[in-house]
Amino acid sequence: MSLLFYIFSGLMLGFGIMVIVCRNPLSSALCLVISFLGLAALFVTLNAYFISIIQILVYTGAVMVLFLFIIMLLDIREEKSKDWNFLAVGGGVVVLFGFVVQLISVLGGYEDGKQKMVPFPEDSSHEDVKMIGAEIFTNYNFHLQVLGVLLLVATIGVVVLSRRQGKEGSENN
Amino acid sequence: MPTLNEYLLMGGLLFVIGLCGVMIRSNIIVILMSLEMMLSAANLTLVAFWRFGGGEGLPADSYNAQVMVFFVITVAAAEVAVGLAIIVALFRSRQTVDVEELRSMKG
Amino acid sequence: MTTAFIILLLPLVAAASNLLLLRKKANFSAFVSTFSAAICLVLTFGLIRQDDLNNLGSFNWIKIADLKLDIGIELHGLGLGMILVVTLIGFLVHLFSLGYMREDAGKARYFSGLSLFMFSMTGIVFADNLAMMFIFWELVGVSSYLLIGHWYHKNTAAEAAKKAFLVNRIGDFGFMIGILLIWGSFGSVNFVEIEGSLRNGNGNYDKGLLNWSVFCIFCGAIGKSAQVPLHVWLPDAMEGPTPVSALIHAATMVAAGVFMLTKVLFLIEVAPTAASVIQYVGAITALIAALMATQQNDIKKILAYSTLSQLGYMIMAVGFAGLLSGGEVLGEKASNAGFFHLYTHAFFKALLFLGSGAIIYACHHEQNIWKMGGLIGRMKVTSFTFLIATAALAGIYPLSGFYSKDAIMTIAANKPLLLVIGSFVAFLTAFYMTRLCVVVFFGRARSWSSEEAKEVPLLMLVPLLVLTIGAIFAGQTFAYSWFVPSKDIPHPEGVVLPLILTAIAVAGIIAGFFLYRGRDQEPYPVQVLSRKFYLDEIYIILVRIFQDAVAWVAKQIDRLLIDGLLVRGVARLVTEIGSVLRGMQSGNLQGYAFLFGVGVILVLYIINAAIG
Repeated sequence: MSLLFYIFSGLMLGFGIMVIVCRNPLSSALCLVISFLGLAALFVTLNAYFISIIQILVYTGAVMVLFLFIIMLLDIREEKSKDWNFLAVGGGVVVLFGFVVQLISVLGGYEDGKQKMVPFPEDSSHEDVKMIGAEIFTNYNFHLQVLGVLLLVATIGVVVLSRRQGKEGSENN
Repeated sequence: MPTLNEYLLMGGLLFVIGLCGVMIRSNIIVILMSLEMMLSAANLTLVAFWRFGGGEGLPADSYNAQVMVFFVITVAAAEVAVGLAIIVALFRSRQTVDVEELRSMKG
Repeated sequence: MTTAFIILLLPLVAAASNLLLLRKKANFSAFVSTFSAAICLVLTFGLIRQDDLNNLGSFNWIKIADLKLDIGIELHGLGLGMILVVTLIGFLVHLFSLGYMREDAGKARYFSGLSLFMFSMTGIVFADNLAMMFIFWELVGVSSYLLIGHWYHKNTAAEAAKKAFLVNRIGDFGFMIGILLIWGSFGSVNFVEIEGSLRNGNGNYDKGLLNWSVFCIFCGAIGKSAQVPLHVWLPDAMEGPTPVSALIHAATMVAAGVFMLTKVLFLIEVAPTAASVIQYVGAITALIAALMATQQNDIKKILAYSTLSQLGYMIMAVGFAGLLSGGEVLGEKASNAGFFHLYTHAFFKALLFLGSGAIIYACHHEQNIWKMGGLIGRMKVTSFTFLIATAALAGIYPLSGFYSKDAIMTIAANKPLLLVIGSFVAFLTAFYMTRLCVVVFFGRARSWSSEEAKEVPLLMLVPLLVLTIGAIFAGQTFAYSWFVPSKDIPHPEGVVLPLILTAIAVAGIIAGFFLYRGRDQEPYPVQVLSRKFYLDEIYIILVRIFQDAVAWVAKQIDRLLIDGLLVRGVARLVTEIGSVLRGMQSGNLQGYAFLFGVGVILVLYIINAAIG
C-alpha cells in the first residue's frame, strides 16, 4: 500500500513538474493528463472511488481534450526562440522554497496528521456513490441547482465570447 | 500504511508546483493548466482529511467533503471552459498567448 | 394627527404647492394661501377652546446618546394668545394682500412666502423645546428674507433683505450658544424639563453660567426683535411689500423675540444680571428709536421706528421678570405685561401698516409724507382707521394701547430711571404719530399723486375695519381674557399713573399738532436724528475695519495652513505614495502571481506563528 502511494505520488509530482518544464504546450497538456491519472490513483488509495472516476472523466477526459483542441485551434508553436525568463524562474524558486519550508514546519507540528491509515470499513454506510448522491440531493440540493445555473451561465458566456466580432455581416444580427 | 501528513505533503507540493507554473511560464494556456493543478491539490487535501476524519485512521461518517470536491470539479470545469474561450478571444485580438506581451494593465 | 399639527402643516402644504405646482397660476395660488390661513384661523379658535391642551402631539426627531430632540407641540399660557394673534393677523394680511398685490408679477412667489412664514411662525409658537424653536426661528428669518427681497430687481430691496438676514445671523449665533449652554447645564432643551430640573435643583446651579446662558438666548431676541445694537435691519426691511411689513415686521415675527423670552421666563427669573441687561436694552431701544422716528420722512420708516420703540417697551417689561433689588420676583406679572402690549400692539401696529399700505397704494407708491396731504377728505375710511390706531398707539383712553402701556409702566415703576425713560418715550410716541397724521391727512395735497388718491377697494378695507375693532377693544378685560388665559395683568394702583400718562400723551399730541400744522416741509431738521445717530455709518466703518482684519488673517491661514499644508500637502503625499506603488503595477501577470505567492507564504507564516 505504501509502495503504491509513493509510486503514484511520484508520478503525480514528476509529471506535474514536467508540465511547467516542457516548452511545448502540447507536451504540457499530455504530462498533465498523466499527472492527473496519478492523482486519481491517489484518490483510489483514499477509498474515494467516485471522486477518482470523476477526476478521470472530467479532467483527463473532457477538460484536457478541450485544452488540446484549443492548442490545435490556435496552432501554437513551441516557444523556441524564447529563453527562460530568469527573473520569473528566480521568483518561482523563492516562492517554492518559502512555501515548502512553511509546509514542512506546519505539518511537523500537526499531531493529528501522524495517524496511520487503517483498512477501510467496507459496510453499507461507506458506499461512497450512494452516500454522495444522498448528500447532494438532500442537504445540498439548493447548491446543486445554483451550480446548474452557473454551468448554464458559463455555457452562454462561452458562446458569446467565441462569437466572431467586428465582421460586417455580424453587425446586422 | 501512509499517514495523513504524507498525503497533505503531496497535496502541498502539487499546489506549489502549480503556483510556480503560474509564475514561471508565460504561455497563458500552461498557466491555466497550472491553475487546474492547484485546484486538484486542494481536492486531494480535502479528500485526505475526509479519509482520516474519523480519527485513528478511520474515515469521517459524513460525505460532505466529497460533495465539496464534486462541486469544486464542476466549477473548475466551467472555469476552464470560460477561460479557454477568453484565450481564444484574446488570441483573435492580439495574435499571442504570451502574457509578457500583454501589459495593458501597466500603471 | 392632532389639530395643532394640521395648523402647523397646512401653511407648509400651501407654500409647497404654490411654489412647486402653481407658479403660473398666480390667482389660484393666492386663493390657496388665503384659504389655508382662513382654515388655520378657524382651527385655532377651536384649539384654544379645547379643554385638554396636553399631548398635542410629539415625536422623536433625533436621538444621539444624551441629546434627544423632539418635534413636539406645547401650547399653554401666553402661547394661546400668540397663536391667535399670528393666525388672525396673518389671515387679515392675506386678505389685504389680495388687493394690494393684485397686479404684482410675482404674486405666486409672494403668497408662497407668506404661507411659509405662517408655517414657521406657528412652529415658533408651538415649539416645546429650544432646538425646535431655533429651527423655526431660522425659518422665519428665511421667509422674512424672501419677502423683504420680494422686489429683488430693486437694488435697495435686495440689499435690505441681505442686511436683515446677516444682522439676524449675529443674534442667532448668540441664541445658538445660549441653547448649547442650557443643554450643557441642564442636559435637556425641553422647556418643561429645564424648568423641572431648575426647580428640583433648589438653586443648585452655576449662577454666572446661567446669567450668560440667558444673555446669549437674549441675543437671539436682540436680533429678531431688532433691539439696539442690532436694530438697523428693521427700518431697511420696509423695502418689502407693505402687508409683509404689517405681518412680519410689526405684529408677529419681530415680536417672536418677546414671546421667546416669555417662554424661558423661568430662566430669567433666576438670572438677575441678565434680566437687568434685558431691561436696559429694551429701554434704550425704546428711547433711541422714538427719537429717530421724530425726524423720518418715509411713512413706513416712521412706523418701523415706532415698532422698534414699542418692542423696546415689551422687552423692558419682560426683563422685569428677574429678581429685583428688593428681593421681589415679578415673574409672570412682568411677562404678562410685556405680552399684553405685544398683543394690543399687534392689532394697532398691523392696522397702521395696512393703513399706510392703503395710502401708498392710493398715492401710486409714494411713500414720502411731505408729498402727501389732505388725504382725510379723499380716503375717509382709511383715515378714520389710521387715526384710531394712532390714538391707540399714543395711549388714549379707552383704546387698547392705554391699558397695555399702563401695565408696562406699572411694572417699570419698580425702577424710577426706567419709568422716566418710558414716560418720555410715551411723549415722543404721541408726538411723532401726531406729526405723521397732521402731515399726511391734513393741510393741502403736496403732489399730484395725493391729489389723485381715492379710497381703496373693499377687499382692503375689510381687514382695516376688523383691525380697528381690535385696536379699540383689545385692551378691555372681556377681549384679552379671551386671548390671554392668564389674567394676572398688572394694573396701576390708583389713578395717578394713568392720569400722568394720559397727560403726557395729550401733551405729545398737542405739541405735534401745533408744530406741524400747515407746514409743507420739515420745519426743524435735526441731522443727528434723521441720520439715525449715524449708526449705519459707524457700523459700516466698524465692519470694514474688522472684516478686513479678519479677512487678512483668514487669508493667511487659508493660504499657509489649509492650502499649503492640508490640501497640497495631502495631495503631494498621495501622489508620492501612488508613484511608489505604481511601480508594482507592472502589468505583468507573472509579477502579480509572484506577489500573490509571497502573500500566501506570509499568511501561512502568520497563522503558523499564531497557532504554534
